[in-house]
Amino acid sequence: MNPRHFSLSQYRQEWFGNVRADTLSGLVVAMALIPEAIAFSIIAGVDPKVGLFASFSIAVIIAFVGGRPGMISAATAATAVLMTPLVAGHGLEYLLAATVLAGVIQVVFGLLKLGALMRFVSRSVMTGFVNALAILIFMAQLPELTDVTFMTYVLVAGALAIIYLLPRVTNAVPSPLVAIVVITVLTMIFQFDVRNVGDMGELPDAFPVFHLPMVPLTLETLMIILPYSLAVAVVGLLESLMTAQLIDDLTDTRSNRNQECAGQGIANFCTGFIGGMAGCAMIGQSMINVKSGGRGRFSTFIAGVVLLILVVVLDQWVRQIPMPALVAVMIMVSIGTFSWSSIKNLKDHPRSSSVVMISVVAVVVATHNLAIGVLVGVLLSGIFFAWKIAQLFGVRSELSEDGTARTYHVEGQLFFASVEDFNAAFDFREALEKVVIDVSRAHIWDISSVGALDMVVMKFRREGAEVEIVGLNEASATIVDRLAVHDKPDALEDFMKEGH
Amino acid sequence: MDKLTAFIDSSNYAESVCDHAAWIAGQLGLSVELVHVLERKQGHHAPADLSGSIGLGARTALLEELAELDAQNAKVAQKRGRLLLEGALERLAAEGVTEVKTRLRNGDFVEAVEDVGADSRVIVIGKRGEGADFASGHLGSNLERAVRSAKQPVFVAARAFKPIHKVLVAYDGGPSADKAVERVIGSRILKETDATLLTVCKEGDPMAGKAGTALKRLQDAGVTAKLVMRPGHAEKVIEDVTAEIGADLLVMGAYGHSRIRALVIGSTTTAVLRACKIPVFLVR
Repeated sequence: MNPRHFSLSQYRQEWFGNVRADTLSGLVVAMALIPEAIAFSIIAGVDPKVGLFASFSIAVIIAFVGGRPGMISAATAATAVLMTPLVAGHGLEYLLAATVLAGVIQVVFGLLKLGALMRFVSRSVMTGFVNALAILIFMAQLPELTDVTFMTYVLVAGALAIIYLLPRVTNAVPSPLVAIVVITVLTMIFQFDVRNVGDMGELPDAFPVFHLPMVPLTLETLMIILPYSLAVAVVGLLESLMTAQLIDDLTDTRSNRNQECAGQGIANFCTGFIGGMAGCAMIGQSMINVKSGGRGRFSTFIAGVVLLILVVVLDQWVRQIPMPALVAVMIMVSIGTFSWSSIKNLKDHPRSSSVVMISVVAVVVATHNLAIGVLVGVLLSGIFFAWKIAQLFGVRSELSEDGTARTYHVEGQLFFASVEDFNAAFDFREALEKVVIDVSRAHIWDISSVGALDMVVMKFRREGAEVEIVGLNEASATIVDRLAVHDKPDALEDFMKEGH
Repeated sequence: MDKLTAFIDSSNYAESVCDHAAWIAGQLGLSVELVHVLERKQGHHAPADLSGSIGLGARTALLEELAELDAQNAKVAQKRGRLLLEGALERLAAEGVTEVKTRLRNGDFVEAVEDVGADSRVIVIGKRGEGADFASGHLGSNLERAVRSAKQPVFVAARAFKPIHKVLVAYDGGPSADKAVERVIGSRILKETDATLLTVCKEGDPMAGKAGTALKRLQDAGVTAKLVMRPGHAEKVIEDVTAEIGADLLVMGAYGHSRIRALVIGSTTTAVLRACKIPVFLVR
């Protein structure tokens, strides 16, 4: 799916091919990024400053080095929830070190071209991923909605009303921004008793500066941060590649997956050195960008730069934003991220895919780690697939005229999952002089099935029968690890043909 | 497969491309394949929804909306494209080219040049496309990319077709220039034309010797050719000499220098293409 080669003019086109619309959509996204970056900082347990710097730096860097123009990357919920325990146990500096290391891991993944592994992430796993992500974002809002004043609920409801109802009136202004402004102004006028962003921690009052993470460079440190970095790297790439696929579909264009992996790594690596936390692509924000007309790299760049300018210049105002307004925006993001059609599909889709989807969600909600959820989902998909393929298997047999010989015809897929059925298909109690096992219409995929076939032969011989195997060569052609059907045009034909 | 591939669009160059294609087809005895590429303009027709909110089923709704828009635009573009190709077909028929195939393709123009042109002898394109801005003197944004990625010689048509009698061959002594000479000899594109071999160098330069050899090759092959040597800046000299001798066609090697250098100072090829008002035949 990659473009054939890097071309400068294409890159220029990706930057400046859509400047007007990109500028507008970048502005809209920047407005939406501010509350998210603050909210995700709070999830991770760090100052809002950390998330805001991260969002600026990741967005700007990925605009240059990413593989999917028009995609928005910043500090995200998926990575923030992973880092909460690290921050709680070791503090911010370890988070920054983990961010740098996660970046290095992602670059390595990109260089190893592991983007291709996305093919094993089935649609059900992806749906589970986005649903779990939506639930995580929503759950992260719960602390702000428990043990609070009644006024908080009123303000959240009011903000949600503005967010959802304003677009029916006008599409010219970002409704989440209007909601935030209105609620902030009301709160300042009437002095409602609600918490605001200023209470949550330090906001940026200057541009970010270079800062080496203050951690001892020891093996012990590495052991502390490595599990977090790995999880962040994997989750970040999963979400980025899935979002890239989504934008590919929405805009009907192609992205470069491996470049995106390496780009995410570079962005995180640099972000760790300016006091920002790790992030990745954002499904909700990228959708907002495309919806607002953003298509090029310029939109991502604008989003990052404007975000920084806004928070540094308007820090006095940002400080005043009441938490209920932020919570409302995050609820909107979680609702927009959740795949509601997947609930309807539960009854139409095959049960196995529903089980995969629900397992991903359940595991993620239990562990707060999307990587583990995806791993479980991929494993389950694989097992279900093997199970289904194992059904494509059968054994027929006929007895000779004189009743002393029997020919077994084995057909279909022989591999570890069908070995048991294979063994059960033979009747060793029948006293025969000769047994012919015809496997010319079977595919022997692995050594489990070879072993099973050997064992069947052995058992018949013990019962006193002469055993002949027909068609073993063709049947076992599939054992070879590399089928390499693709480079021989007729190979697939021959492979699928009867009598193979 | 003996054919040439001509790429046309709705710019002013389409007619000229047809005429040049007809001429080349006549000279070399090739059949013609006419291609029109429907490039989707990114984001130009996207709805301006700046509400920044995503509600229930946002993804599906957005996907359907964008797909529907693209579908409408694509239908119109296809209709236009077919009409364009029909027009070109008639024009070629009027010029006596009978063996013509037409193709309508989606996607990127440069990719189409690589894919479609892969099995043809020559590619003919206009100097600028639909979206190009004449006033600025800019080349079509795709031209350089197309020429760089094409594996075969590219014929860049000028605004209008003039019968070709005088040909200027720009010679810089590089491998692609020698190839250009060989090509010109091998293809019979120069039959019934006068050729001038131009080298940009001072007298007594080693290049002069090479140019002499090249000239001899041309003459041995039965081409009426003379040699002109002149010092100076390549693109400037080429432009001047073209005007002096009233050349109708310029033949030169394409993009001989490294891409890095081209990035920094721009390439001679692009500069010449920009300066010349006559068709240019670029040989790789």
